[in-house]
Amino acid sequence: MNIGVYVCHCGTNIAGVIDVEKVTEYAATLDGVVVARNYKYMCSDPGKELIRNDIKEKNLDRVVVAACSPTMHEKTYRDVMEEMGGNPFLFEMANIREQDSWVHTDKDEATEKAYDLVRMAVAKVRKNEPLERIEIPVTQRALVIGGGVAGMEASLDLAEQGYEVILVEKEQSIGGHMSQLTKTFPTLDCPMCILAPKMALHEHKNITIYSFSEIEEVSGYVGNFEVSIRKKAKSVIEDLCNGCGLCQEKCPTKVLSVYDGNLGMRKAIYTLFPQAVPRIPVLDRENCLMFTKGKCGVCKKVCPTDAIDYEQQDEIVTEKVGAIIVATGYAEYDPSEIAEYGYGRYKNVLTGLQFERLTNASGPTLGALKRPSDGATPKRFAFIQCVGSRDVNTHEYCSKVCCMYTVKNARLLRDEHPESEVYVFYTDVRSAGKGYEEFYKISQEKGVKFVRGRASEIVGLPDDNLLVRTEDTFTGNVIEAEVDMVILACALLPTEDSAKLRDILKISEGTDGFFLEAHPKLRPVDTLTDGVYIAGCAQGPRDIADTVVHAKGAASGASVLISHTKMSLDPISAYSDESVCRGCGECKLVCQFGAIEIEPLDGRLIANVNEVLCKGCGACVGACCNGAMTIKHFKDEQINSMIEAAMEVA
Amino acid sequence: MEPKIVAFCCKWCSSAGADLAGTSRMKYPPNIRIIRVMCSGRIEPSYILRALELGADGVIVTGCHLGDCHYIAGNEQALKRVEMTTELLETMGIDPRRLRLEWISASEGARFASVMTDFVEEIKKLEPSPLGGV
Repeated sequence: MNIGVYVCHCGTNIAGVIDVEKVTEYAATLDGVVVARNYKYMCSDPGKELIRNDIKEKNLDRVVVAACSPTMHEKTYRDVMEEMGGNPFLFEMANIREQDSWVHTDKDEATEKAYDLVRMAVAKVRKNEPLERIEIPVTQRALVIGGGVAGMEASLDLAEQGYEVILVEKEQSIGGHMSQLTKTFPTLDCPMCILAPKMALHEHKNITIYSFSEIEEVSGYVGNFEVSIRKKAKSVIEDLCNGCGLCQEKCPTKVLSVYDGNLGMRKAIYTLFPQAVPRIPVLDRENCLMFTKGKCGVCKKVCPTDAIDYEQQDEIVTEKVGAIIVATGYAEYDPSEIAEYGYGRYKNVLTGLQFERLTNASGPTLGALKRPSDGATPKRFAFIQCVGSRDVNTHEYCSKVCCMYTVKNARLLRDEHPESEVYVFYTDVRSAGKGYEEFYKISQEKGVKFVRGRASEIVGLPDDNLLVRTEDTFTGNVIEAEVDMVILACALLPTEDSAKLRDILKISEGTDGFFLEAHPKLRPVDTLTDGVYIAGCAQGPRDIADTVVHAKGAASGASVLISHTKMSLDPISAYSDESVCRGCGECKLVCQFGAIEIEPLDGRLIANVNEVLCKGCGACVGACCNGAMTIKHFKDEQINSMIEAAMEVA
Repeated sequence: MEPKIVAFCCKWCSSAGADLAGTSRMKYPPNIRIIRVMCSGRIEPSYILRALELGADGVIVTGCHLGDCHYIAGNEQALKRVEMTTELLETMGIDPRRLRLEWISASEGARFASVMTDFVEEIKKLEPSPLGGV
């Protein structure tokens, strides 16, 4: 065993506090160490050259570098080992910078600690075993879950790169929340007009859309997922339907339209909106007379292509993919839980999304401004901000988009109805974004009245008008404004089914319930499950522009993975000694990654670890009562060697 | 003689928090020897006992906050095992204050420094370990 120890000065970062000469001399005395050196910058080319030369000339098989955090340079030195024909796992780092010279001021104490850290690393490297990286094949296709603007953007980017994409959407059409909006800030584009070219993705040869479908199960692992998709019965045969719309027109049953915020009606067989993709309607079995009363059949009679099938069943399809992008968007907060705002009690109190539908040219009133209670044209409006956001009683986070969409709606009201009176009751106006502050300024110039204060109460008046009470926190005055309509800027929430998807995909969520990224700054589109990426509001509230950027990032992350036909995994995985294992299954219980199966062997049971699924946490090792389970690179004797070395005296 | 403390840190949260304490040049006493593992869920009672047996004056197990574990729930295993080991120490007549469990995220450099300072101070107040050490 020939160990080389290299102590880095890191300029004066280490050498300014730790006596690197003494540490080097000390390292040379340790068992198995044949050479110890120090150098100004070990990670520089001449520094690495020192190691390369010693590997060659002194036949080193193990190396310890005492320098910065392994997060910084472990890969640098492992690469040197590999390049020289050595095994990259016969290497250890002693962190004498972040965990020593930078946190201590007494030079003697820091130097003494460095002795210990080097001794511990040498003890560990002595026990290390050569490990081989695991090579696995990669399926060069991707699954995108969610067909809103994030999912569409990610699908298009991948499809354009030549990868096959499976796009699964739970509604009957792609388009997401963006398709519901009236106009978008700060450019006042028509959302459907800018979305339509992207929705044309259903014609892309590399994209397959499963609409009205849900993810049932995901098995496999990075590069090799197998996904079961439930295609829910539409009661319409997709291959036959030509999207003529005759069934919708003739259907006698009207139901409140959730897509229109329950402000308008739809038929029992329906498409979400005129530009729906695919244009195939879905029959709502809960309300269809054929299903509730057993008679009607009008749609079947009028259908020119005989596409209606009342007997249709859900279908499960399986797809193999290498990467998964989760772009499931958000749900709007239901403000009825804030009783003082009277949502649900007062018909003229609307949510932000309802107001978008009310003012939308293809919405329930075809864009005519009418209030729900009596159809009268409202002239006085109050927008209430931070409903369910920035509030310790509901959600602490800021929903990020509400300030700007309120500013947009308030401005549009003043533009299109100059006689209208528009109040915005806000906590802060957050208008960070390109052109956003300027847009906010314009809305102020146009006469929108911004009042800083959270509305304390909305009181219903006998004529369906509303009285909004608040304190203007700038002047301290109590303000009471009588208005015809109130619009609540409701929080963006994780979707109702996100917990189910989290369990299926084995990804994590943050305290706010949104899916958790692997690193908030440096890995914003990765999840902690390799091969699963997140895009858009599924990760947290963001506007359309940021969502598109995020989706492109997720597509890029996925394509980095699926552009390869093979990939290698870190070999730090658990394994069970079958001669000791009694198959009790305690290890399987603590494994969060489904990596352990209890399988029969010669008439008894044993634990079997799938080294590809195993993430190397080692929880199973501690759970094993028999000492059968072990984990590579963090074996008992390896950890104990460090404990023992820590307690030795230099 | 200064007390010596063994700290088990997970790669993703607490060791990264220790790195951040360094990057931010925060100071804490030099009595801590960090052993970096993948997850706090890897820490077995035997490691804690081994460190104490060899004269460590204190052992601190650290990991990601509950709910934030890189491995979903490894820290829940750590919690169970440290609780169990604490009981064991009591039975053995070792002051259970010598063992501590703390959650420190990758963004909590300041917390890492303050937790370590606090633990060293507490250990210094204890009687010498019956197994050696101070």
